[in-house]
Amino acid sequence: KKLNISHSQITRLYSRFHSLDKGENGALSREDFQRIPELAINPLGDRIINAFFPEGEDQVNFRGFMRTLAHFRPVEDNEKNKDLTSGEPLNSRTNKLHFAFQLYDLDRDDKISRDELLQVLRMMVGVNISDEQLGSIADRTIQEADTNGDMCISFSEFTKVLEKVDVEQKMSIRFLH
Amino acid sequence: MGPFMSPFNNLLCMLLGISFTVWFTLLLVFIIVPAIFGVSFGIRRLYMKTLLKVFEWATMRMERGAKEKNHLLYKPCSLNSIIAKESTSLEEELKDIRRNCSSPELDDSFDMSDAFYFCRRGIESIVDDEVTKCFTAEELESWNLLTRSNYNFNHISSRLTVLWGLGVVIRYGFLLPLRLTLAITGVGLLVVLTAMIGFLPNGRMKNFLSEKVHLMCYRICVRALTAIITYHHSENKPKNGGICVANHTSPIDVIILASDGCYAMVGQIHGGLMGLIQRSMVKACPHIWFERSEVKDRHLVAKRLSDHVKDKSKLPILIFPEGTCINNTSVMMFKKGSFEIGSTVYPVAIKYDPRFGEAFWNSSQFGMMNYLLRMMSSWAIVCSVWYLPPMIRQEGEDAMQFANRVKAAIARQGGLVDLLWDGGLKRGKVKDTFKEEQQKLYSKILVGTQEVRSRS
Repeated sequence: KKLNISHSQITRLYSRFHSLDKGENGALSREDFQRIPELAINPLGDRIINAFFPEGEDQVNFRGFMRTLAHFRPVEDNEKNKDLTSGEPLNSRTNKLHFAFQLYDLDRDDKISRDELLQVLRMMVGVNISDEQLGSIADRTIQEADTNGDMCISFSEFTKVLEKVDVEQKMSIRFLH
Repeated sequence: MGPFMSPFNNLLCMLLGISFTVWFTLLLVFIIVPAIFGVSFGIRRLYMKTLLKVFEWATMRMERGAKEKNHLLYKPCSLNSIIAKESTSLEEELKDIRRNCSSPELDDSFDMSDAFYFCRRGIESIVDDEVTKCFTAEELESWNLLTRSNYNFNHISSRLTVLWGLGVVIRYGFLLPLRLTLAITGVGLLVVLTAMIGFLPNGRMKNFLSEKVHLMCYRICVRALTAIITYHHSENKPKNGGICVANHTSPIDVIILASDGCYAMVGQIHGGLMGLIQRSMVKACPHIWFERSEVKDRHLVAKRLSDHVKDKSKLPILIFPEGTCINNTSVMMFKKGSFEIGSTVYPVAIKYDPRFGEAFWNSSQFGMMNYLLRMMSSWAIVCSVWYLPPMIRQEGEDAMQFANRVKAAIARQGGLVDLLWDGGLKRGKVKDTFKEEQQKLYSKILVGTQEVRSRS
């Protein structure tokens, strides 16, 4: 499968999935995620939780859980060559960037509008910055990124802005074993 | 019918009578009398050593069996985590991003990649977090022949299954009735004797007798659980006028500590059997029981506790500051109430050995009766108790800092992880203030400290 996760890691993740599933119905709901205190205090916690749930659904099963987490596997050198034929693995640089893009893109229309950017910024700063200042930050960000003048950031514009950032390292978690 | 049955009946009655007598005599000689005098024959330790050998053999068989069948034997290894978490802070990581990017001169420089940090931290906490795993029982590396701790150890060999079956018979057929008898004896004696002592006038005689009676009954209860306890540093045992604090894993903690010393208990008055026990205990020596309504009133609670410790003739108070049962791998936040009173604190660390029976009471999973049944049908409860040197609040230290200092000492001694999280998270949600702190920190990095300070 394109997931590229080892057997022992799957077993552990299943054990973790099971311990989060308080209702024991084989699927996680948003409340199950919010029960994790470290996630509940994360400013982008709700956006991250949302990434697990496909459009319009309220439950995520183990497959979906693993699929989302697979984006965060580190990119190993041997994998870069291996999967050229079977399509891109979930943890490629592009797919990691796409995951981050979707954190900003609230309505999933493949564009980050000024409004969406403002909302996400507001989540990250809380009440500590004024509307005007936040607005100017948003405007400047869009100005820098927007190349086709539609006042929105598309995925390719997003990728261009972040081309110097080490996405592979910043959006990976190191699995042991 | 008549004449044929009666000699048979007589014989049956006689046999039953004899076996009961033998049973009770053995019970009395080997268990109750030593409990009264506080000596031990060493039977329990021998039992423990035998069990360990059996477990080792069982694990070896399983590993061999798994290799033969080429299965992967699931080893929980709860000491190692699934992932290695990055230890960089928000500030370090964001500064790193800005260094590598184009415009470092701008003051309020937001970068789209700022979200990466929060995203990664969020995903890390989904895969493995410190708190939720404190509220479920620890996983074992080897199997201890109890079905309840059998996660993935499928049928490997029939010899092992036979052993397990034998274990079930011994535990439920022999150990459980024995323990139940002892428990009933212990509790019954406690209620009756303390009520009797209550009629004596207050004075040295009453205190002396009350002490002896409490100790004796708790020792019988200890044997009712087949608890094998090792006490360390008894020279630091709590003295009158002090407060004893310990980490909390189960209601059994009380029995374990109270069988080695006399304490004044603190708690809410319950109904039923618990309430009966509480009411008779307080006749013999002053414990602190609160009505349900009084529990919310922090000042009242603090006043009663400080009145008690000021009276040097009264016993040390036993308190569990975590407020709830934790699974004995970590110590969670201590509530500062007992540390505000200003008396000497005697910390005690309790660590259970999970190989013989899981002592953690997961109150969301099973109730008290179910829990006691599980306790009494485990192999044994093995634990170590360390009495730590007394601590006093220092100059310039507030109650919270003092509580954290005591907590760190207990965690260090017991080999437990020291967490800052509140045990109340077992049932309740985390406070929003923590999220607001994170947001404030990020805002400071974004626009500089001045702006943010003027706003909040």
